[in-house]
Amino acid sequence: MGIAYIYPPYEVVRNKDRCIGCRVCERQCANEVHHYSEEAGCMMADESKCVNCHRCVSLCPTRALKIVKTDHTFKENANWSGKAIQEIYRQASTGGVLLSSMGNPEPYPIYFDKILLNASQVTNPSIDPLREPMETRVFLGKKPKQIKRDKNGNILPQNTPHLELSMPVMFSAMSYGSISYNAHESLARAARELGIYYNTGEGGLHEDFYQYGANTIVQVASGRFGVHSDYLDTAAAIEIKMGQGAKPGIGGHLPGTKIVGDVSRTRMIPEGSDAISPAPHHDIYSIEDLRQLVYSLKEATNYEKPVIVKIAAVHNVSAIASGIARSGADIIAIDGYRGGTGAAPTRIRDNVGIPIELALASVDKRLRDEGIRDDVSIVVGGSIRSSADVFKAIALGADCCYIGTASLLALGCHLCRSCHEGKCNWGIATQRPDLVKRLNPDIGSQRLVNMLTAWNHEIKEMMGGMGINSIESLKGNRLMLRGIGMTEKELEILGIKHAGE
Amino acid sequence: MLKEGQVRIPSGCAISGIFCKSGKRMSGEAIIESIRIMHDRSNGLGGGFAAYGIYPEYKDYYAFHVFYDNHEAKKDCESFLERHFDIINLSKIPTRKIPQITDEPLIWRYFVTPLHTKLAESQLDEDEFVVKCVFRVNTEINGAYVFSSGKDMGVFKAVGFPEDVGRFYRLEEYEGYCFTAHGRYPTNTPGWWGGAHPFALLDCSVVHNGEISSYDANRRAIEMYGYKCTLQTDTEVIAYIYDYLKRKIGLTELEIASVIAAPFWQTIERMPKEQRQRAEYLRNVFAGQLITGPFSILVGFDGGLMALNDRLKLRSMVIGEKDDMVYMASEECAIRIIQPELDRVWSPRGGEAVIVTLDEAAKAAYQSRA
Repeated sequence: MGIAYIYPPYEVVRNKDRCIGCRVCERQCANEVHHYSEEAGCMMADESKCVNCHRCVSLCPTRALKIVKTDHTFKENANWSGKAIQEIYRQASTGGVLLSSMGNPEPYPIYFDKILLNASQVTNPSIDPLREPMETRVFLGKKPKQIKRDKNGNILPQNTPHLELSMPVMFSAMSYGSISYNAHESLARAARELGIYYNTGEGGLHEDFYQYGANTIVQVASGRFGVHSDYLDTAAAIEIKMGQGAKPGIGGHLPGTKIVGDVSRTRMIPEGSDAISPAPHHDIYSIEDLRQLVYSLKEATNYEKPVIVKIAAVHNVSAIASGIARSGADIIAIDGYRGGTGAAPTRIRDNVGIPIELALASVDKRLRDEGIRDDVSIVVGGSIRSSADVFKAIALGADCCYIGTASLLALGCHLCRSCHEGKCNWGIATQRPDLVKRLNPDIGSQRLVNMLTAWNHEIKEMMGGMGINSIESLKGNRLMLRGIGMTEKELEILGIKHAGE
Repeated sequence: MLKEGQVRIPSGCAISGIFCKSGKRMSGEAIIESIRIMHDRSNGLGGGFAAYGIYPEYKDYYAFHVFYDNHEAKKDCESFLERHFDIINLSKIPTRKIPQITDEPLIWRYFVTPLHTKLAESQLDEDEFVVKCVFRVNTEINGAYVFSSGKDMGVFKAVGFPEDVGRFYRLEEYEGYCFTAHGRYPTNTPGWWGGAHPFALLDCSVVHNGEISSYDANRRAIEMYGYKCTLQTDTEVIAYIYDYLKRKIGLTELEIASVIAAPFWQTIERMPKEQRQRAEYLRNVFAGQLITGPFSILVGFDGGLMALNDRLKLRSMVIGEKDDMVYMASEECAIRIIQPELDRVWSPRGGEAVIVTLDEAAKAAYQSRA
């Protein structure tokens, strides 16, 4: 209190006429916002603990609750926002680095929202996806450079290691530890049902989920947690995590309090010990070292699995991608600066990296200019929010998209951005058994399947509208895009024309 | 107004092709008549022909047909050609002055063969050397445009209705075993002769009716393999895709058809195992060469002609047969006008390639003739 006091950002508004005192809100809130006052004979709230996750609002049987932004204010100042002032108070009190969760929320430009799509009129017919085949199957991996024939002249299908997906979307890396067992199970089951892939993140693979191996991408990150030969053998592909869009250039830290039980076993580290992923891989200080890790992993898995290298979108991303394409990697995953995280230093999250749209456009162009675009597939994430974003990313040149935040939203996440506190009321970003069990994997996986089924319908509608009936004809088809309200330079980097041109 | 190539122009069209399997040579009269009857499918902003087997006396030499805007361009281009080729013969292409065709550029023809020293120095095979040179002329010499570069074949094209273009080029005076024709209906055009069709590279020529929706995906994919799409037309990119798949990858015509008008996955899934694996493989490896959106194309090549529709058959295409003759056209009337009695007439399905080639005897005859 006093000098360190920060006024709560949200107010819990309770309609007393509607409240029946059932105390659901109290039982549901892990942050202990609500309590029943015997004295007053009614429910009370301590809004200072509220993270605005809507758990109580969603479960209140009489719609008696809502959360509103407080109108308490500092004296208006265009330079010193309330947020900037409060962050100083917080740091002056603690001496600590500010922590945040989920993707960069600051009002930077969102290029996806400045891109418009084309449609057929007169000169070429649109195609109705309900009447005609509309294909969204994609392959990820290197393309063979030559074809080989048998002695009768028939083509020998000698495929390079690759992934086959029913639609150009995958669930991006979220570790067991950062998210719950039930969240992982939901993702794994949905991936299998949809014919796509989910990604273990860097926390290893729980032994219960080996059965989903054919739809699993396993990650090898700088901490090497949970990496062993069965882990690699089980997977459909292996991803080397070099960076993450939410925190380019820094490592990760899962506090010891979350390293309990199965999380500790899966990560192969003692219970209660902090899981620290170093900022760099300490065996990769340059591109030639990356090549060695790529080939070590290929060697370990008999050259049967594609290797993905995931990087954060940073300023010279196209040169880095070119180096990766020449390092033997089969797929490059690029994570934009709006990508999510379970915890990141706020200053890093909000100030480091570049938008995925620009990174994608320049990487795709660079790889084509160098004639090596067929040597790698490009997967982009951070942040893909809808089928329209997927569509625009493919037209800019991506082969596939990674979705993280969107998949968590489907599981119930309300984007309260408090994952780092470990008290996720929706059972997603927590290891507390009483909270984890709130997420039912039967329902969770179904909701993921629903969401992506809907997205795929929408993608097909948009493709049909522009007379395209196969997703490969959309890939890199930038003529189908137009920019709106952009500068010449932005259009040049995106390689698209302005609306009206 | 921007020139073709600086702006992308969608267009509808009429196409027609005549092929004699026995290799009997016929005059250009019939193809003019065939395309004339589809007058309303073009709008006078482009017409052209490709003719095969027309230069027997020079069959071992690349025949370059070149448009020049002015004498300066001609001088530059000829000096380039002299540095890279042995020029066996050169002449103006004979034309007939008619009121329907105006503003013609200088139109020249060269029979050439690469200089041995230059060829050896380049470490390329003959065809690739020629392609590189054609690209250099077309992109670097202002006002010069090589629009035909195959052996024993030639392209004749102009701004105008196709029947007028045929008369302008005195096509009736040429004799060949195969002709294709194109009448263009662009939605707007600067009226540049180079933008008319057919589009040709080496002996491959393409006439096309349609507007492909995969254009930019195809363009960006093919440009990675050293092609430069200077015209921004569907026809150009289709010709390059064909050339790439045939000459650089070594696919057969049928395999090329199954790449650019690939069978749907649902069709592939019903195929027997080995066939399915091959089809899946081709779709994966050559994903960037799949063409979507409406098209009907005729691809002429040395000794053969292929007709192909997009996989949904969004453009008309009719095939007719009479003895050793095969006719392919946008409309049946274009066939009936020159051959009322047909043994067989049919519309191939979407994605179903119709490929005709010279009989073995005819092939041998063409190869041995001097």
